[in-house]
Amino acid sequence: MDLLEKLEILTDAAKYDVACTSSGTDRSGQKGKLGSAVSCGICHSFSADGRCISLLKVLMSNDCAFDCRYCVNRRKNEVRRATFTPEELVSLTIDFYRRNYIEGLFLSSAVVKNADYTSERMLKVLELLREREGFRGYIHVKAIPGADAALTQRLGLYADRMSVNIELPSEKSLSLLAPQKSKEKILSPMAQIRDGIQEHSAAMVKYRHAPHFVPAGQSTQMIVGATPETDRKILMLTQGLYRKYALKRVFFSAYLPVVNDRNLPAKNTPVPLLREHRLYQADWLLRYYGFRAEEILEENAPDFDPLLDPKCNWAVRHMDQFPVEVNRAPYEMLLRVPGIGVKSARRIMVARKQSSLDFDALKKLGVVLKRARFFLLCRGKSISPLPMDHPAVIAGAISERGGLSGAQLEIPEQLSLFSPTKEDQIKCLTGQI
Amino acid sequence: MPYRTDLVYRYDGTLDGFFCCVYHCVSLRELPCAIESLDSPQETLFPVREIETQEELARRVEASIRKKISQEAYCLVRDAFLSILEEKERKLLRFLLWGYREGARVMNMLADKRIHELSQAVLHARHEAHLFTGFLRFSDYDGFLIARITPKNSVLPLIAPHFCERFSGENFMIWDQTHKLGLLHEKDGEYRFFQADEMELLSPDEKELQCRALWKKFYETIAIEGRKNPRLRSTHMPKRYWQDMTEFQK
Repeated sequence: MDLLEKLEILTDAAKYDVACTSSGTDRSGQKGKLGSAVSCGICHSFSADGRCISLLKVLMSNDCAFDCRYCVNRRKNEVRRATFTPEELVSLTIDFYRRNYIEGLFLSSAVVKNADYTSERMLKVLELLREREGFRGYIHVKAIPGADAALTQRLGLYADRMSVNIELPSEKSLSLLAPQKSKEKILSPMAQIRDGIQEHSAAMVKYRHAPHFVPAGQSTQMIVGATPETDRKILMLTQGLYRKYALKRVFFSAYLPVVNDRNLPAKNTPVPLLREHRLYQADWLLRYYGFRAEEILEENAPDFDPLLDPKCNWAVRHMDQFPVEVNRAPYEMLLRVPGIGVKSARRIMVARKQSSLDFDALKKLGVVLKRARFFLLCRGKSISPLPMDHPAVIAGAISERGGLSGAQLEIPEQLSLFSPTKEDQIKCLTGQI
Repeated sequence: MPYRTDLVYRYDGTLDGFFCCVYHCVSLRELPCAIESLDSPQETLFPVREIETQEELARRVEASIRKKISQEAYCLVRDAFLSILEEKERKLLRFLLWGYREGARVMNMLADKRIHELSQAVLHARHEAHLFTGFLRFSDYDGFLIARITPKNSVLPLIAPHFCERFSGENFMIWDQTHKLGLLHEKDGEYRFFQADEMELLSPDEKELQCRALWKKFYETIAIEGRKNPRLRSTHMPKRYWQDMTEFQK
């Protein structure tokens, strides 16, 4: 089999992995060596589905020893099989990197023979890249659950980021849909990586040349919409993962129906892209806006509003805290105003020290007045065209309904939903490790 | 004494040349109604003053910006000069005179028109530069890497440090088609800019063609059919960038 065909098979099998970020590491170039990493990450292209392409995202092999019935790579399924040799992967990565196609490598794999053998081969790739080629670009590698802890440890010394997929939002769903995988098996490498990161960052304080261990942190992903968990449950789990396992990112992937199984949604169920979108919005609120999951979704309304983003939703439920005076409100409160983001909040903090701000100034600072006007006062004045004591009226005014027909409401503005093709429905993985 | 305004400055179009304009404005108390590059057509009826570029004056103005306003202000001026802001020289001059008067605090007066326009232009230029750190594509000609870009802003000086650091062990060249400006980096050596109106490329060899084919295959395969969204793609990567990208070449 030639390299082109291998690349096609193993890219196709890796494409459902959500994460393609190359952020979190700052590594300067070194004279004569290839590569560097920048903490903000760099997108090198965008694929036809609008997702960023930053890393060469491939499986090392799709020749799986397991037979998980929901997975396209299961042993008994008849698909084309391919396995990269370490040398092939190394030269692909270097050839692509030199031409500035990519920021680095994202390596994942099906379980070839057993977890240890798979990990060893992945380790070989990373070792060749880092040691022989002196490659200083970004590397994201998947930890294989069940592999020897020493192997995971060594992978972490070469990689920038590691991830273990949590797959499904609850233990019950996991045992129902992926009986071969258990919570412990997934969480134990996650905990190992967390402890490794902590240990090494402590060592780095003491010794200047202490080795780096997964400097860009770890991430995970889970499937949304395959199982009956509420949005609140998912968000609480996300918050728990951030706190307990100190994750850098939690990714969500909307479930594309794959097989007819009594435990899974029917095949004609639409892909819950809006739900995925809302979860990412809420995830942002957790990470950058100082919200807690319990605030975003309360117990009596455990699911997201399809028409109102989570921040607007929180604001209209707490109209008693608004309006706030732009020239005096604390930073934390500014962040909670719909239409003000992290950047514009910071700009307000800087600019208001020089002179008091009016609405025209806010516009220049990047505030979206279309939403913010209902929640702000400038020098004691409001420009809200609506009475402030009717949350429902304001909710209507800032909802995403604006001129859209009912059918379009299924999806958020920047995503467009075409029904999945048959090929994709069959091929879609509900998550692979 | 009020500033004299009924005249036009012409200079060589370089940043140093512009700094010399600033020097003459301040010392002669003149506020020209236009500051033009020498290669733009001369259409004015006002008297014209041609400003000669003098290294020493330029350094003095540069130092004065750092001292009387701030280092941050200097970076703003330097990068705004690379942007496509209309009448940027006049706007930069207006900002500098204001900054000399008010000091470092002008950098925090974000809602003031005099700095707002400039910082928007700089934001645009720096953003475009960031995009090119990803969208730029090299081709390998027997070990020598060559890339062509077609940016709106003159981003080459902004992206040069990034590429020289990342590919320090490579011989490479980047050519900005819009501004006819090139960057040449020699393996483990220095880099320099040069002017070039044309660039001709040899035909790629076997290995290069194979690499391109592999990349195109990867690009096509990584997209999920069921989530196809051309509008979202164009938002993140507007079509004007596609012309120089390997994955869109036939």
